[in-house]
Amino acid sequence: MIELLPLVIALPLAGAVFLHFFGRRIGEPASGWIATLAIGAAFVVGLVNAVPAFTGELHHAEHVAIWDWMPAIGASLEIQWDALSVLMTLVVTGVGTLIHVFAIGYMHGDPRFSRFFTYLNLFAASMLTLVLAGNFAMLFMGWELVGLCSYLLISFWYTKPSAAAAGKKAFVVNRIGDFGFMVALMLIFLNFGTLSYGGVFERAGEVLTTGTAVAIGLLLLVGAAGKSAQVPLYVWLPDAMEGPTPVSALIHAATMVTAGVYVVSRAAAIFELAPAAGYAVATVGAVTALWAATIAIGQSDIKKVLAYSTVSQLGYMFLAAGLGGYVAAVFHLMTHAFFKALLFLGSGSVIHGMADEQDMRKMGGLRKHMPTTAATMGVATLAIAGIPPLAGFWSKDEILGVAFEGGTYGQVLWVVGLITAMLTAFYMTRQWVMVFMGEPRWDDGVHPHESPRVMTIPLVILAVLSVVGGLVNTPFRLGLEHFLHPAFEGIDLAHPSEEMSVFAILAAVSVLAGVAGIAVGYLVYNRPPARWTKFQEGFGGLWTAWEQAYRVDDIYGATIVKPGKRLADAAAFKFDLPVIDGLVNGAGWLVRTVGSKLRVVQTGLVRNYGVLFVAGVLAAVIWMVVAGGGV
Amino acid sequence: MTVTPGWYMTLAAVLFAIGLLGILVRRNALIMFMCVELMLNAVNLTFVAAGRALGLIDGQVSVFFVLVVAAAEVVIGLAIIVAVFRQRSSASVDELSGLSG
Repeated sequence: MIELLPLVIALPLAGAVFLHFFGRRIGEPASGWIATLAIGAAFVVGLVNAVPAFTGELHHAEHVAIWDWMPAIGASLEIQWDALSVLMTLVVTGVGTLIHVFAIGYMHGDPRFSRFFTYLNLFAASMLTLVLAGNFAMLFMGWELVGLCSYLLISFWYTKPSAAAAGKKAFVVNRIGDFGFMVALMLIFLNFGTLSYGGVFERAGEVLTTGTAVAIGLLLLVGAAGKSAQVPLYVWLPDAMEGPTPVSALIHAATMVTAGVYVVSRAAAIFELAPAAGYAVATVGAVTALWAATIAIGQSDIKKVLAYSTVSQLGYMFLAAGLGGYVAAVFHLMTHAFFKALLFLGSGSVIHGMADEQDMRKMGGLRKHMPTTAATMGVATLAIAGIPPLAGFWSKDEILGVAFEGGTYGQVLWVVGLITAMLTAFYMTRQWVMVFMGEPRWDDGVHPHESPRVMTIPLVILAVLSVVGGLVNTPFRLGLEHFLHPAFEGIDLAHPSEEMSVFAILAAVSVLAGVAGIAVGYLVYNRPPARWTKFQEGFGGLWTAWEQAYRVDDIYGATIVKPGKRLADAAAFKFDLPVIDGLVNGAGWLVRTVGSKLRVVQTGLVRNYGVLFVAGVLAAVIWMVVAGGGV
Repeated sequence: MTVTPGWYMTLAAVLFAIGLLGILVRRNALIMFMCVELMLNAVNLTFVAAGRALGLIDGQVSVFFVLVVAAAEVVIGLAIIVAVFRQRSSASVDELSGLSG
């Protein structure tokens, strides 16, 4: 069956191509169902091929060659099928299918309905290229393609200036990361002479010096930080919320932004040789987790909260991966995909029901009108807050456990993670309470209603996954660990302590932090808005800073964007226009001037030409006679 | 009185001058064309006369080449003149100044 694997990429790609040409004719909702069918079929193909991985028969990575692209540098189109790509494929296609279904309801009535699903399918194909790649060249191809799809979908409503600007911002910021990533690939090629995973990771130990490994690791981190929205390159993700909500769920929460975590996990063999790079990854992750969590507290836009929450949770994954806890990172990646996709889709359902209102201060009391959305989002809120036995608890606890075992520095990061966990519980509760509890604060003319089945059923499925998804890897039964083990063969994985007492104490502490966050959030925000303000004023300037996201955009604007623009202006108007254009135009001017002077000679009268011809011959003859035949 | 090669050269020069003058002063394309032929044949005469005087065959060989080229030239030149005449009902070259600068 493994020969069928290329279909996993080909099916969504075929869907995209088909919808590109015929989508408009097929219309709504058929084009949505075709797209769903394409990615659903990809999920089935992936699932069938995943069976050997589940039964433990997939000991070594299987390879399926599609096309010998550039064999000399180990860059062919080939699929690497090992535990890590199995898991990523199932998450991408599984969650992707649910989001496709949801989008059929959410995008109802949009004039570019079928175009939306073209892009969604194209994105799925690109993301699957990324995770199924068997070498860095194909990985990079997928890496760039998902960036393109992200851009297309963020600025899907391109007539809105803010959406167009957000798409551009995402693209430009990602370029900065891609630059680092590309240099990393060049360094890898320089050292190994090949880009294939096998050729690189198996020989990493003998080829790389510590210095080179650190360099490659840090450059990979730059690329991963761009794609996975880590400090300092996270600024594009909150703006990416300008895209339709299913896009936020699929690309900017569940799948694409985890590409950075995936790459770090994939390159585990390199990071193992470079502890310094690993610590850099962990530090970036911890800083991002705390930084974004504080910003999320102050947001009042329902999607902005989730955006910063995503940044923060991605920081968690980096924290774990940096300390060698790749299983913990991938585990959290998976559970996060479930509950964050659910949260985004739920917020989409709310926005849909509230006639495109996104300000949580104008919501409230929605649980009576949208019971399914309220219940499922409640589950996701508890899951992300780390309440046992929901999915988020197990994965977050594993990350915190890894950090706690990681020496003194790890324990510092553990404290950061714990504070973040508490903040996460607080802002998520704040969001849920502001939206679903209390008195209605709607604008006039808003009639909230529950979304149609096509939207609520994906919510329910994701809610179930958010509840049970964590049970695949508990300290009592390390299912995911065994499952992923072949993919990390020879890697010294970091684990949480195996002592049950340590686990119990750590779990108790983190649950306590979560409960504290939930309690504060509930007690403060389940009251009239006047009390919120009082609570918020208690933080003074700090709250304003959170509300304004530390004004990072302004700082970047003043320090990077503005000088950059000035440089571009100078290059364009001081150099390009006078010098380069001057040269080009000067050449044209010269020819034109000389031509206009000479063209009077061209009278069009044959006899004139004849006279000139004879005169020329005479001149030549005279000259030859005078020169005495010296020619 | 013997006819020396100088006579032939003089005759050729005269014919050449007549041809050249004709090209420069006439505007009928057909006449100009005949003048070109005259010039070509003046040159042929010099070739043959010089070849005979020097006892070499080269002069006559050159003439053959000129004749072949002249025949080709006549075919194309006359075709052009006929085409122009059909277009304009006149063979005056002064009217053909559409490509002037």
